[in-house]
Amino acid sequence: MSTSRVLRAGTFSLRWEPWSVAVCAVLTGIALGAAVVVVGTGELPLSVTEVLAALTGQGDRATEFIVLNLRLPRAVTGLLAGIALGLSGAIFQSITRNPLGSPDLIGFTTGSATGALVQILVVGGGALAVAASSVLGAVLTALAVYLVAYRGGVHGYRLVLVGVAAAAMLESFNAYLITRAELREAYEAAFWLTGSLNGRSWQHAWPLAAAMVVLVPVALAFGRRLRMGELGDDAALALGVPVQRTRAALVVTGVGLVAVATAAVGPVPFVALAAPQLARRLTRRPGTQPVPSALMGAALLVFSDLVTLHLPIPLPVGVVTGVLGGVYLVWLLSSEGARGRA
Amino acid sequence: MKRVPPPVVSSPVAPPPARSAYLPGRFTALCLLGAMLLLTVLASIVIGAKHIPPGQALAAVLAPDGSENALIVQQLRLPRTLLGVGVGAALGLAGALMQALTRNPLAEPGLLGVNGGAAVAVVTVIALFRVDDVLVYVWAAFLGAAGAAALVYAVGTRGRSGATPARLVLAGAGINAVFSSLTAGLMLLSPRSFGGFRFWQVGSLSGRDLEVFLRIGPFLLAGTVLALLLARPLNALALGEDTGRALGARPGRTRALGALAVVVLCGAATAAVGPIMFLGLAVPFTVRALAGPDQRRVLPYSLLLAPVLLLWADILGRVVAAPGELETGLVTAFLGAPLLALMVRRGRVPQL
Repeated sequence: MSTSRVLRAGTFSLRWEPWSVAVCAVLTGIALGAAVVVVGTGELPLSVTEVLAALTGQGDRATEFIVLNLRLPRAVTGLLAGIALGLSGAIFQSITRNPLGSPDLIGFTTGSATGALVQILVVGGGALAVAASSVLGAVLTALAVYLVAYRGGVHGYRLVLVGVAAAAMLESFNAYLITRAELREAYEAAFWLTGSLNGRSWQHAWPLAAAMVVLVPVALAFGRRLRMGELGDDAALALGVPVQRTRAALVVTGVGLVAVATAAVGPVPFVALAAPQLARRLTRRPGTQPVPSALMGAALLVFSDLVTLHLPIPLPVGVVTGVLGGVYLVWLLSSEGARGRA
Repeated sequence: MKRVPPPVVSSPVAPPPARSAYLPGRFTALCLLGAMLLLTVLASIVIGAKHIPPGQALAAVLAPDGSENALIVQQLRLPRTLLGVGVGAALGLAGALMQALTRNPLAEPGLLGVNGGAAVAVVTVIALFRVDDVLVYVWAAFLGAAGAAALVYAVGTRGRSGATPARLVLAGAGINAVFSSLTAGLMLLSPRSFGGFRFWQVGSLSGRDLEVFLRIGPFLLAGTVLALLLARPLNALALGEDTGRALGARPGRTRALGALAVVVLCGAATAAVGPIMFLGLAVPFTVRALAGPDQRRVLPYSLLLAPVLLLWADILGRVVAAPGELETGLVTAFLGAPLLALMVRRGRVPQL
């Protein structure tokens, strides 16, 4: 357990923990470093210095074109989607006080996948239409879940159970759509369902960035209340947290984050579940850690993307996030067990 | 975890009496559920693309006379119904066990890595060895499920603290993610294997003959007996690690045996019909909401209620889309999910 320090300037004070800050710095380093290498990878390999020169406007024109127009959008989309997934995972796991309460398992990711599948298999349409209907799917699912779970306020536990029910329905509906479609179309849909960063352009990155400029500050502003909410509704109320209003705001923010991330990269599995858990274990602090979770999400997603680029066969990034995240989580758990901590 | 606060809106109905006052006895409840199951079995044999009168159906089961109806019953309806009873019971029981072991009401048998392991084994068989024989799938899925569950358990129990519920859940989620990603990767490698696998992954009772049921029958029986024997130790475990130990329970042994039972039950069920999700989550949940947390009720009631739900889902799937049919796994989710949501909304949220 690390000691915390306090920074004071007049009436302003900020409590910070050196260890958590160090973890955040390392995670940021991994995410950005992986992003730079991703940008350097491709048919024309570029060295790190070449990439950095192009990014700062000091490279030659051809390199600059490749970096800024072709490869940077992929890295930026990956970073942003990773942050969004990690943060929304932290929000939902905190609200439901259950690691299984992450948006992948309580229907929001599944709902956005259903939206996209209907667009791909039934209506047909381009990337933008698919993204729009996946946002719509997530929002409609969240709305339905929230309304069914609402009874004079929403309790986290009720929310997550209704969400699990919705997820089960939507998941089997997705599988049904896939069995009924023509093989080639179904294959394309299955590829999308795994989550992929292939061929992402600024068209994907800009809407994502715009949405996150609004959503991330809101999520972080509520971050402190998040931890008080984990004490239980009554304790949080006593500490002056308007529980229901906070929860409603957080649900909206979290759904928004998941929806835009899924629209951009598809339902990448496991990042939202694993990032908060990994962050919590690395920072060695109790409770939810919004900022480390977000950075962890970005590091996990972009590093996985780097791995997919070096695989001999083209596989979507979702395949790698599951394997990497899962193995890492299992390794952390078992080394913790060997030290005798639970 | 905190209890759900009582509803803010005052209810016009008087508060229900204390639980024990209106709970039927265990024997009565078991008889009721048993009767429900029998009726369901009969319905499953009678109802279908071709209606067969109950009398003829019974005759066809007891003394087949080679008529067309008898053949339908013998070859199609009976194996399917038996499989539904066995698989449903196994999934309901395994779900109840899993939720008791992890003390997490969201836990379902799939979390122990069973579905993920089974899927990865089946997709490997399809992709690498180009087999499409249901019996081969059964063995592959069973081995995959057992291997995955052993891995989850080994990780979850490492260290002095043993298998705390939270670690078991996280280890399960992690390993399941690894396996389902591998499955997705293998599946996307070749459109051919994808073509076969997309049907397996919905889960269906159709197209399995009596042979499949006979192969998994012994496993289902052994798992059921083991699970039912664990009811008392699980009750002690529900009080918490230390209290349980003080009362003479052996948490480590109970967890290990419980996990073994889950693997045997759920591995066999998934092997036979593919991953049928949600039954293992919804049924024990419903049972706990109605009958309270005593495992001596929860386990046997789940055992009897789950096949009722599964068979009705199967019947509905046959009737709704006749002359084709909807996969059982699909209908199960569409029947079970609203039920669960309704129970949660009515405020019956039992804690573990």
